[in-house]
Amino acid sequence: MRNSFANAFHDLAKNDRRIYLVVADITAAAGVASFQKESPERFLNVGVAEQMMIGMCAGLALRGCIPFAYTIATFTIYRPFEQVRVDCCYQNLPVKLVGVGGGVNYSTLGSTHHASEDVAIMSVLPNMTVLAPCDPAETAVVTKACVEKVPGPVYLRLGKAGEPDLTSKADPFEFGKLRFIKPGNDVCLLSYGPLTKMAFDVAERIEAKTGKSVAIVSVHSLKPLDEIGVAQILARFPVVAVIEEHAPYGGLGPRVKAIACDTGARCAVRAYALKDEFLHTYGSHADLLKAHGLDPDRISGELIQLLATRK
Amino acid sequence: MANPRFDFNEAKQRCRKFRRRILDISQEVGALHIAPSFSCLELVDTAYMGLMNRAGNPDTSDTFLLSKGHGAPALYCVLEELGIIPRTYLENICKPGWPLATHPDYGTPGIEASTGSLGHGLALAVGMAYADKMHGKARDIYVVMSDGELQEGSVWEALMVAPSFGITHIIALVDLNDFQSLGQTSKTLPNFYPMLDKLRAFGWEAAEVDGHDAKSIYDAVKGRSGQKPFVLVGRTTKGKGVSYMENVPIWHYRAPNAEEYKIAIKEVEGCCL
Repeated sequence: MRNSFANAFHDLAKNDRRIYLVVADITAAAGVASFQKESPERFLNVGVAEQMMIGMCAGLALRGCIPFAYTIATFTIYRPFEQVRVDCCYQNLPVKLVGVGGGVNYSTLGSTHHASEDVAIMSVLPNMTVLAPCDPAETAVVTKACVEKVPGPVYLRLGKAGEPDLTSKADPFEFGKLRFIKPGNDVCLLSYGPLTKMAFDVAERIEAKTGKSVAIVSVHSLKPLDEIGVAQILARFPVVAVIEEHAPYGGLGPRVKAIACDTGARCAVRAYALKDEFLHTYGSHADLLKAHGLDPDRISGELIQLLATRK
Repeated sequence: MANPRFDFNEAKQRCRKFRRRILDISQEVGALHIAPSFSCLELVDTAYMGLMNRAGNPDTSDTFLLSKGHGAPALYCVLEELGIIPRTYLENICKPGWPLATHPDYGTPGIEASTGSLGHGLALAVGMAYADKMHGKARDIYVVMSDGELQEGSVWEALMVAPSFGITHIIALVDLNDFQSLGQTSKTLPNFYPMLDKLRAFGWEAAEVDGHDAKSIYDAVKGRSGQKPFVLVGRTTKGKGVSYMENVPIWHYRAPNAEEYKIAIKEVEGCCL
């Protein structure tokens, strides 16, 4: 995802001199290195000074530039939260905040480096758009959408590296709309970010054991959320589940449940998220997700039982 | 050499008028930061009336950021004097349906950034100055800050970055009134003082003057080398011009009652003579 972002950013910035990259001592992959080499004056490293990174981006934006701020998600938005809120959102400026390693992706670094509440915190800010592509290909189109489709501030939540392709057979990408990346009729799984891979693991298990078909939807835009699309899914599928790498409060799960309530949906809705805990366990990303209860065996088991009761 | 258009005596008269204007408005609306506006009044007035290039194209004229947003009444008086905002704006400050608040709000005529939370303005200025440099525009950015504001870590991030990025077109004016909400700034964190050496150590050109004396402010800014970003520390008095307000913390936010108003109006006539 980092590579894909870097390449897409490079493509954008090559042809648009309004675009800058402001980093706080962390940078992305080869694409950024090329940009840095070609346009060193538009690559700004302020050092380990994230408040400065965001404030400076807002200043650039006040002069007509389109700056991307880039570092690990926690440092992009938690440390300089007030600069994000006041400088970027209150003034409604085109600052694009890129957070690498959203959720618990930096699994061995501990909770200091985990952005597991980021979607909630960014979604509550007026004027903010919150985007979380599911794979490298979607990262490329969403990165471009940050400039081409959104005039104001954006929080772009990225994974890290090595995410598999999930969208080669997907419906075409339409910015801001739910995207079916796997067809199905009996269960619909909504997810975003790299965790969408787990939705495929869950779907595979359900289909193998029940013969039912499971659809998967990538929710790349968490704010604005395609509420009509969500309502249609709630009306169409007997079982709908959200699987998200995020705290249980303020993410996609509660939103989908609220829409189900508002629209009088008759389907079963389940939400799977991280625990409301700082875990002191370490290991691979998958290990941490499992420790949080995000485990394909557990989720598929529960949904298979649920399907049985819906007959 | 003094700018012939900037008359120091006129500046004094103007600032007396602004003090009266702020006192008048304080009788209409309750909460107005009178004392912190009075302390930065000459800094704001000298920047606008004496120092800034405001002619012609907004793309080339200088920029003003009131990083100590609570000094907004001082800024509003100047904007009113220049005809950038109508008099009805200030007369209806903080009222529903009118645009002026206690703190400057981006989008209001003459307001270049939303401020009010301390420690934001200088980083914004660095971003603006960098963009200007990239766009080949040699315009200056004036930033008025409070001395309490310099306790914010974000200010020191901006102080650190600006000279390293080759920024020279920022002129920060620090309103050193030695007061913050809970008391004297120099007694809150005594080891932070003196300030000037610390600013210089971060790569800024720095000077200190009487922050109520337009000529001193003007001469110091005009006399800068232009090789580095410049910070002027203006020694000021919080509540300047009204004896019972001067250096009395409660006047950070309080409005005078009718009797106090009469005394204040009388006293500001003799201010800065």
